[in-house]
Amino acid sequence: MNRKLYGRLIFELSREGRQGYRLPDNKLPDALSSIPASLLRSSDPALPEVDEPTVVRHYTNMSTNNFGVDTGFYPLGSCTMKYNPKINEEMAALPAFSSLHPYQPDATVQGALELYYTLQLALAEIGGMAEFTLNPFAGAHGELTGLMVIRAYHASRGDDKRVKVIVPDSAHGTNPASAAVAGLEIVEVKSRPDGTVDVDDLRPLLDDTVAAVMMTNPNTLGIFEKNIPEIARLVHDAGALLYYDGANLNPMLGVARPGDMGFDVMHINLHKTFSTPHGGGGPGSGPVGVRKGLEQFLPAPRVVRNPDGTFSVEAPEEALGSVSATLGNFAVQARALSYILSLGREGLKQVGPLATLNANYIKESLKDAYLLPIEGLCKHEFVFDGLRDKSTGVTTLQVAKRLLDHGYHAPTIYFPLLFHESLMIEPTETESRETLDEFIDVMHAIAEEAITDPETVKSAPHDTPISGPDDTEAALHPVVKFSDL
Amino acid sequence: MNKIYYSPSHEYIRVEGNTGYIGVSDYAQQQLGNVVYVDMPEVDDEITAGDDFGAIESVKAASDLIAPVDGTVIEVNEALADNPRLVNEDAMNNWIIKVEIADPAQLDSLLDEEAYKALCAAEH
Repeated sequence: MNRKLYGRLIFELSREGRQGYRLPDNKLPDALSSIPASLLRSSDPALPEVDEPTVVRHYTNMSTNNFGVDTGFYPLGSCTMKYNPKINEEMAALPAFSSLHPYQPDATVQGALELYYTLQLALAEIGGMAEFTLNPFAGAHGELTGLMVIRAYHASRGDDKRVKVIVPDSAHGTNPASAAVAGLEIVEVKSRPDGTVDVDDLRPLLDDTVAAVMMTNPNTLGIFEKNIPEIARLVHDAGALLYYDGANLNPMLGVARPGDMGFDVMHINLHKTFSTPHGGGGPGSGPVGVRKGLEQFLPAPRVVRNPDGTFSVEAPEEALGSVSATLGNFAVQARALSYILSLGREGLKQVGPLATLNANYIKESLKDAYLLPIEGLCKHEFVFDGLRDKSTGVTTLQVAKRLLDHGYHAPTIYFPLLFHESLMIEPTETESRETLDEFIDVMHAIAEEAITDPETVKSAPHDTPISGPDDTEAALHPVVKFSDL
Repeated sequence: MNKIYYSPSHEYIRVEGNTGYIGVSDYAQQQLGNVVYVDMPEVDDEITAGDDFGAIESVKAASDLIAPVDGTVIEVNEALADNPRLVNEDAMNNWIIKVEIADPAQLDSLLDEEAYKALCAAEH
């Protein structure tokens, strides 16, 4: 990017009186008189005044600062930054989808409703659930919806004692946050040294005040919870429901189904597992599925298939209220269905195993230089506890920043909190052997450099648009307005 | 009597008579990294051993502050509101809250300097 000329804010390029576009003359001069004076602007908005070439060059140059799965390897653990196939974009952009209005009459949007219904059925099959709602807008919204379904279920039985949600200490922060928003109390269950939930710690926590236990399987460390059948039995014996956080569904795809493991309610992140864009690019989508017997508690509106083969949107009386005004992020749903139908049953079955193979390949290749706290097979992701050689003083943060100089997005750092120097890597199934090998070579080179030239690593990044921002100062006194600059 | 006790969750309490100065240990501030916010209770709030009385947020993570003993808050360290970096500069002298200790016998269940050092060494 031409930083010297275009690395400035659009406001800094503004020159008084300059125009790039002229609005047509106001042909309705009287229209303003019908608006109360209190609602009318008394001064011009403080917009930048720039000519068209400046606007185009400014934003075109800025856009080259973006990093995404289309520009490079993005091993951001826990986020499943898989490649988003372009066919998905083509399908979502079909005029028959993209020009719809959410409140069009059902009869005029039969294709869109069929898409919703078909995706719902596909997710139910993939998750081993009875029915899905596609309405929640993101993963955490799905968690909240799922917990509201669970509350509605307990309330329907007249059981109002259940106010607690049990969450593992390795869980994503959204789990306790969603439980708190749902008005439930959070109880933490501990992990064993291998990172899985300690069943002995869980057992005494289960009583008639527990509404649900939230689990991510495989968990945040990429370890499969082998005790899940026993955990499901204990949870159900206590009268509670088992919630599946779909954050880590990717390695299970086509191999194992949460419904078969004993989960009652689950959400899926379409923007992760089903290859729709995310990570600053959004929007997300967090469909929620339930096992048989809980369908009636799913939120309204719903798409139903009529006996004559047509589809209609309904709001059943016993349903939970609405969690969204309409049927969710439709364009994201279109991308997800495109992905599912492109891969088909056989293709989907390869996703989980390949994601798992790629993660294990990187883990085994790098454990000579990076500290692997939990040995053994991982699923789609794994966590290093920083560099093996701690004597150099080079931290996980510095390794991550040095990776930027090599053209990679940094892995997830300092999460999960179970280790001090967490470095969490998730390659996904969409990367080639060559991409993985190049990344492994760079990670080795950084580990070597941490010993031979630690200062270069500690002062990284060197080749990015900005270097060495003061993140403490930024957190303490964020400058969010141009006028404060 | 002026003694320092530690909890396994890395808070310290420096005891002077019936008064306790509670903060996070030097090891804790090192692990947290640059502290950007300390969420503190209010004067006269009751704290209960094992329950959180506030939170500390760094560029890496946010952690609950766990009360080592039961007590009543006499004073909070207002300087941390404006300058949370003081925790990194000198965690042991920049206490977070000053409390009236309800039950001095609870101190016996905490760790002394030596036991705490051993705990940190084992964690690392």
